[in-house]
This record gives sequence, structure tokens and C-alpha cells, in this order.
Amino acid sequence: MTNADKNRNQRLRQVKKENARRFKEFKKAKKRKIPESEYVTQMKNQDNILEIDGLHTFFYTDVGTVRAIDGVTFSVPRGKTVGIVGESGCGKSVTSMSVMRLLQEPQGQITSGQIRFAQRKENRAIDLSKAPQKVLEKVRGGEISMIFQEPMTTLNPVFTIGRQLDEAIQLHTEKMSKKDIAAHSVEMLKTVGIANAEGVYKMYPHELSGGMRQRVVIAMALACHPDLIIADEPTTALDVTIQAQILDLLRNLKDKINASIMLITHDLGVVAEMADYVVVMYAGRVVEQGTVQDIFHNPSHPYTIGLMKSRPNILGSEGDRLYSIPGSVPNPVDLPNYCYFHNRCDRCGKECEGPFPQMVQLSDTHRVACYKALENQKEVQK
Amino acid sequence: MAQEQNVLEVIDLVKHYPIKAGVTQRVVGHVRAVDGVSFSIKPGQTFGLVGESGCGKSTIGRTLLRLTQPTSGKCIIEGKDIFALNRKELRAMRPKMQMIFQDPYSSLDPRMSVSEIIGEAVREHNIVSKAEYRDYVLKVMEDCGLRAFQADRYPHEFSGGQRQRICIARALALNPDLIVADEPVSALDVSIQAQVINLMRDLQEKRNLSYLFISHDLSVVEYISDVVGVMYLGTLVEMGTKEELFKHAMHPYTKALLSAVPVPNPDVKMNRVILQGDLPSPANPPKGCKFHTRCPNCMEKCKTEAPVYKDYGNGHYCACHLYE
Repeated sequence: MTNADKNRNQRLRQVKKENARRFKEFKKAKKRKIPESEYVTQMKNQDNILEIDGLHTFFYTDVGTVRAIDGVTFSVPRGKTVGIVGESGCGKSVTSMSVMRLLQEPQGQITSGQIRFAQRKENRAIDLSKAPQKVLEKVRGGEISMIFQEPMTTLNPVFTIGRQLDEAIQLHTEKMSKKDIAAHSVEMLKTVGIANAEGVYKMYPHELSGGMRQRVVIAMALACHPDLIIADEPTTALDVTIQAQILDLLRNLKDKINASIMLITHDLGVVAEMADYVVVMYAGRVVEQGTVQDIFHNPSHPYTIGLMKSRPNILGSEGDRLYSIPGSVPNPVDLPNYCYFHNRCDRCGKECEGPFPQMVQLSDTHRVACYKALENQKEVQK
Repeated sequence: MAQEQNVLEVIDLVKHYPIKAGVTQRVVGHVRAVDGVSFSIKPGQTFGLVGESGCGKSTIGRTLLRLTQPTSGKCIIEGKDIFALNRKELRAMRPKMQMIFQDPYSSLDPRMSVSEIIGEAVREHNIVSKAEYRDYVLKVMEDCGLRAFQADRYPHEFSGGQRQRICIARALALNPDLIVADEPVSALDVSIQAQVINLMRDLQEKRNLSYLFISHDLSVVEYISDVVGVMYLGTLVEMGTKEELFKHAMHPYTKALLSAVPVPNPDVKMNRVILQGDLPSPANPPKGCKFHTRCPNCMEKCKTEAPVYKDYGNGHYCACHLYE
């Protein structure tokens, strides 16, 4: 065994020991009864339905700490759609999991930050990152619901569609007879454009096509009239023609029940079409955020610019080489504090070697984390 | 059309999978995965094949290389019908045609080092002498943007994009004329997709390769292809040069596909043709025009009579009653 190996093993043992201590503490803290004063807060802006403020979610693994979300701040206004864009591993799904508090505990923990959610029915705001299980159970599926990427794994293969829909409704509505619940389920299936709703109600998931399954999942998500829908890559597993159907459906239903959507995707086309606001994430941090117009007409972070240029565009520029961002995403374990993009960036300069850049305010809505943001903008405008 | 000119000529390819049922495994029907497809690829060109999942595009790719046996039809490479060759002859033809698979995570043997993965087939087919072997493998790796020091590493040490480079290197090492690329970039991230597509284009220019590029992503197909074929339920419904097909799409299905692609520009609000319903089952395709169940311009004639697939000038083929 070489010296380097020895050091490494020693370090790994230490990490494990440290993690074991953390998990023990976490479990102990979980047993404590949380008083209401700790999780009831005030929204900063009454127009927002969700405010994520300085969120840090870490995963303590045996090889080191993965800072999956490292200080993410953004908010979802009422009735609007916020698109979160980024490559795999950038933390967009972990953000949604943190909001729903579905993280793999105790390895995954929200270490600091607030997730403020406005509860319309109870007329108060709560901090989801600190709320106790009882409160969370009411929120999940009732006030915030989620649409996952893979409709086949979301639905339970051994129960009928009807039974699964009924269960979701039954949990969140009091005193509804079985008959009324079933009627409501069929009604929901009709809303999402399933023609043979009564028939589908009795079917099992495997009898449906991918597009139909995703419709069922959407029906389930909307069944309790949530205020916020988190859609985690809702169309990635579907074909383009079916994707167009589903996006169209989501857009119409959102307006119908006046909900907000947090749309997580890696497809810039989908974002451009659906979102009002866009958040671009890279390696656990927000690198740029703004309205759709800000991001698509005036992209200011080199990563956003690279993403836009690297997609071939139908009937766009012909014959040119595609722009490709060199290198790949950094290893997420124990990331040091510098601009994570600097070794892939073509505009990187001396000032970029400092700590991770602060958010620069370009306009009222447009913020970017780059030392050269103002320079980049001038270049784009030329 | 002179046959010598084309790298690949497919004539009326049919592949039916039997559906078996019961204790005796009696054949009760057929899934018509590919139902009479003809096309050809010229040297140095890319033929893009698009369609929804389940339309038979991957089956075509696999059947051409005889990874599955065709039901009927001809596939001519270098004047020889691939489907009529015996095992020995087929083996001699194998280096001419190679494949890149969709998922770079499952298509590489985790127990083999990169140089073994790339070199295995080189050694089998005696592409180079033993003395040159190592240098040859390193050269191929370099061409594909991999470094020499990575030769003895194992697949798990690489990222998705690098793995796909290894797959490309493996295919390239045999000096093929034709590479069948079955959704080579769908499993990769956007920023990595561009790297792999650029690599494929560079190699094509350098080595005069022909690609059969199978994908469901229209924007990628539009970017890399010279000729594009659109498939629906086992048949080609439209085929033409890239410019023809994307600027003057004829078939309602192609139009719907094109309009379904989300455009990364918030100001463009397209007049969407949103297709209703799903792809019908290929085991029991609709009578008449296969597309008539979802077609926005469906006429009475379409329900009974299958349209003829014919040339409308400029090498633009289409099968639709609207233009007859």
C-alpha cells in the first residue's frame, strides 16, 4: 500500500465516522415535537406562492459531502410557470425533492435555508424545510402535487387507475362518499382528455400507452386542486407528438385551476414555450435567472449562452459546426469555492479565479452569477 | 439508379414478429414492425430516419446488419445481398457495416478495458498486423477525441459523452463504409450531444463514411442528415433531401412532427398541429392509409385505400392521397 492510498483510506474512515455522528444527531432531532412558532412564517412578497431562500441541501456519502444544492434562491409567483433548466446532476430534481421533503433521509439533509409556502386554505405561510410530518402530509398531494418523469414507475402496477386516483382524493378531502369520490375521479380523467374515462377508471396501468399514463398522472396531480404543481421532466419519456399534447394540456389546465407550475426540464424549447420565468442551474447553484424574454433574448451567463448555441435548430443556421461547451460537469464531491464553470468557459479571465461570483442584478428581473456579466451583455447586444 | 453508386440499397424490407399464444405457442398474428421499406444511401452521406417510438426505425437498423433475421426483402451492400449470405460470407462483410447503440452505459462490457473494447474486433478480423495493433488502437482513440493514457481504463471511469466516443471508436476501428447509429445522442446531456454530433460529422468528412442515423429528435436529424425518411407504423410515409423535407413537408404526419418540436424562442407562438390519440398497434394496423386515424386532413378515400408511395420530383417521395 502506497502512502497516498493510506492517506486516502484514513480520510474515508474519518468521513464515515463523521457521517455516522451526523445521522445519529439527525434522527434524534427528528423525534422532537416541533412547535408551530418554528415553522409558521411570513411571505416576503404576497404575490408569491413559493419562496426558496438560500437553500442548501447536502448529501453525506461515504466518499464525501455532495453539495447538491448550494444556496439556491428563487420564487414562484402565483399563477405563473417557472422553468428550471440544467443538465443532469445540476440539482434541479433535488430542488423539487427538497420542496416536497422527499429526500433520502438521513443521507440527504436540508442544512440551511427556507422554503416558504403560502397556504391559501389556512391563510398562513409555512416553512416547508422545518414543518413536521403531519403538516407535510397535508401539503403533499393536496396543496403541492408532483408529476414525475416516468409515468410507468409513478403508477402502481397492481392497482387499477381508479383505485389510485380515489386514494389521492380520499386522503385530502373530508367526508366524501365513495360514490362521490369515484365520480370525481372519472371527472378528472375526462378533464385531462381521456375519451373513455369510465373504461380507463377500471384499467391497470400496463393497459395504457405512455401518453395516456402521463395523462392519468396529471389527473392525479390535479385531483385535489393544488396551488403548485411540480412537474419533473414531465415529457422526457414521451414522443414529440405526445409531448405537444401533454404540454398543451398542462397549459390549459393551469389556467383553469389557477395553479402555479414549477417545470423542471433540460429542454430549452419546452421552457421557452411554457415558462414565464426561467432559472438556469449549474452544479447546484443558480447561475442565471430572469423572465423568459431576459433569458432567451439576452442570455448573460456563458453557460446559458453555450446551452442555447449547442442545440441544433430546425431551419436555423445551416452547415455550421454546432457550438459545444468543452469539458464536462465537475465531480460534485467536495467542490471547492470557485466559479464551477471556469474551466469550461471561453471567456474566463483573471478575476474568475476568486470565490463563486455573487449574483449581479442586470435588470429588475434578470440576475446572473458571473464576474463578467456586464461585459458578456455588451457582447451579446452587439 | 445505378446500384454500384450506393453504399447501401434496401429494397422492400419486411420484418414481421410472430405473436405466439397458448401452451402450444401457436402463432396468432404478426407485429408488422417493418412493412415494405426501400431506400438507399450514397457514399459520404447521412440518411436520417425519424419517427415515434414503436414505428420500426430501430428494427430497420438491426435487420440491415442481420442482428435480427428479415422476413423478406433485399439489402445490398457492395453488390452483395446481405440477407442471402451464409455465415462465413456474412462474417467477411461485418467490418463494412458497424453500429453505434443508444445507451453507452449498457453497450460497453464493464470488464474490458477501453483498448480491449476497441481492439477486440480489430484482432478478430485481422485489420492490422500484430506489431501495429497497439499503435492502431491508440490512433483510432485519438481520432475520436480520447487520450492515449485512457487506453487501459475501464468504462466506469468515463462520463456518458466519453463512453459514446468509445462506442464510436469501436465502430470506426474496422474501417467501415456504413455506420448504423441508433439514437446515438438521446441518452446524453445537451452540451455533450453537440460534442458527439460534431465528432460524427468530422469523422464523416475525414473518412467518407455513410451513416444511417436513427433518431426521434427532429432537430438533430435535420442538422446531421442529407436525406431524411419519416416512418409511421412500419412504412416510410415521406422521404426527401433535408432541404425539401423540412421546407416543403408534404405528408400531414411530417407536418405534425415538425410543428410539435418546441422552439427555443419565447416570441414564436407556432400554429401547432396537435395530433390526437396515440400510435395504433402495429399488430393490427388501420386499414387504408395507416395514418388516417390521427390525420387532420382525413378523407373518405383514406379509410379504405392505401396511398401509393411515389416520386413528386426532386427525389421527394410521399405516400398521401392529398397530392394524387
